[in-house]
Amino acid sequence: MAEFTPATLKHPPQGEIRVDNVSHSYGVGKFAKEVVKDCGFTIEAGKLTVMIGPSGCGKSTLIRLIAGFEKPSKGSISIDGKPITGPGKDRLVVFQETALFPWMSAYNNTLYGPRARGEDTPEIHREAQSLVERVGLTAFRNKYPTQLSGGMQRRVELARAMINNPKVMILDEPFRGLDAMTKALMQEYYSALHEEFHQTAFFVTTDIDEAIFMADRLIIVSNIPTRVCAVVEVDVPRPRRLVDIYENDRANQIKMSALSMLHEEAMKSFVGGSKAASDFVDAYSKRTGKT
Amino acid sequence: MPGLTVVFTEWVSKNPPYGLSIYTPEYYQHVLTSVQRVAIAFGLATLLGVPFGLLLGWSRKFKDFVFPVFEILRPIPALAWVPLAILMFKGTESPVIFITFLPAFFATTLNTMLGVHSIDESYIRAAYCLGAKRAQIFRHVVLPGALPFIFTGLQISMGVGWFSLVAGEMISGEYGLGYVIYSGYTLVSYPVIAIGMITLGLVGWISSALVRIVGTSLMQWRVRSLGLGDGS
Repeated sequence: MAEFTPATLKHPPQGEIRVDNVSHSYGVGKFAKEVVKDCGFTIEAGKLTVMIGPSGCGKSTLIRLIAGFEKPSKGSISIDGKPITGPGKDRLVVFQETALFPWMSAYNNTLYGPRARGEDTPEIHREAQSLVERVGLTAFRNKYPTQLSGGMQRRVELARAMINNPKVMILDEPFRGLDAMTKALMQEYYSALHEEFHQTAFFVTTDIDEAIFMADRLIIVSNIPTRVCAVVEVDVPRPRRLVDIYENDRANQIKMSALSMLHEEAMKSFVGGSKAASDFVDAYSKRTGKT
Repeated sequence: MPGLTVVFTEWVSKNPPYGLSIYTPEYYQHVLTSVQRVAIAFGLATLLGVPFGLLLGWSRKFKDFVFPVFEILRPIPALAWVPLAILMFKGTESPVIFITFLPAFFATTLNTMLGVHSIDESYIRAAYCLGAKRAQIFRHVVLPGALPFIFTGLQISMGVGWFSLVAGEMISGEYGLGYVIYSGYTLVSYPVIAIGMITLGLVGWISSALVRIVGTSLMQWRVRSLGLGDGS
């Protein structure tokens, strides 16, 4: 894997996102439900920022706000100093559920963004081909999404996002629903991609091991309404391998402190009956012997 | 009831006692007339019903205005339209085509609209995210996404088309398979009734197969994902 030197970058890292005191609620008047409350954090350019919190805590709402699908009720979000007013090709979301178009082949799915913007040029075709090769799907480029495995679909989706060269990649639990083996491979794969391209990324997950393995910076958020509980710099050197990270003392230390912070939040959401939250509680009690 | 052998010998006889077999030119004229009527009605129903259904599914406002009227007209059986159709249209041809067209149009429109509604919101969000405009989303997402439902609608449309065609031909017209069946009844030539019915079965089957073939050729992605094709 190429070491990080400015020369390996097409552009200097761009896409610093500032979330400034953002609150968001759905509904009006006394029916209003506050989902996000006074959230403030920065997604640093060129870094992989991971947000972790109990499931159902409003992380996806934050993603919709950053993507520009919705406007926050209070506060502001900006990218490189410019306020976000709507969806834009500088921020691309890879959604929780697969959103590959089933009527287009893997290759045509990859090309969709440039085509929609009228950039169907030979250069973009070359780039699409190299991206499809980069995600290891050259032999499957003419297959339709339903003919591909879950992991392959995820890789096509990454390629479809990356071809647009967005300043920021936003990934909403992208590996959820994959089997454990595929998930591990995809984590290593995405991590390697990040180490190569240093693209600004905002990654949302409920999986603590995934979070620590991927993250440069870890943002721990609370149960609904979403608030930032803590920001942890994951100063584990890159390139990282999954096998190493389990042995890494620093990583385990971060994991322990993150888990204890999450534990309290998970308990709240556990009362509400969240599956992911109960997983946290399990993991935590296994580590510490207390519940 | 005519015996099977009586029907069959009449059907393939060079000199049919009841006057209708595969060697008489009238037989083909009847078939051709019916096929023509269905083709025109089905074509019109598709040309009008698909865009109309897409519009109903795509535009909330348009649906709010038009759909209630549509839903009141839709349950009226095609047969109930017969007297009005005969009064409204001149000649024998247009009332029959109108009667055939109507239920085919309703089936196509309704299924197309449901097809648009069936499209997963995440495809539309993804397309917006990748920089597509509304018109492109319509072309690249809504249209292909609704296609499976549209073709279901066309299959139903073809079926109800033949159904109402026969009803229409029994009441007005001097050619067509419905007319053959009805005149067979009035002239007490029972084998002719059976020949008319079997022929209807055959042409109906062929026309449905044609719709299916067009459908599968337009929806390779679906054929392959359902494992109906070779998967290559």
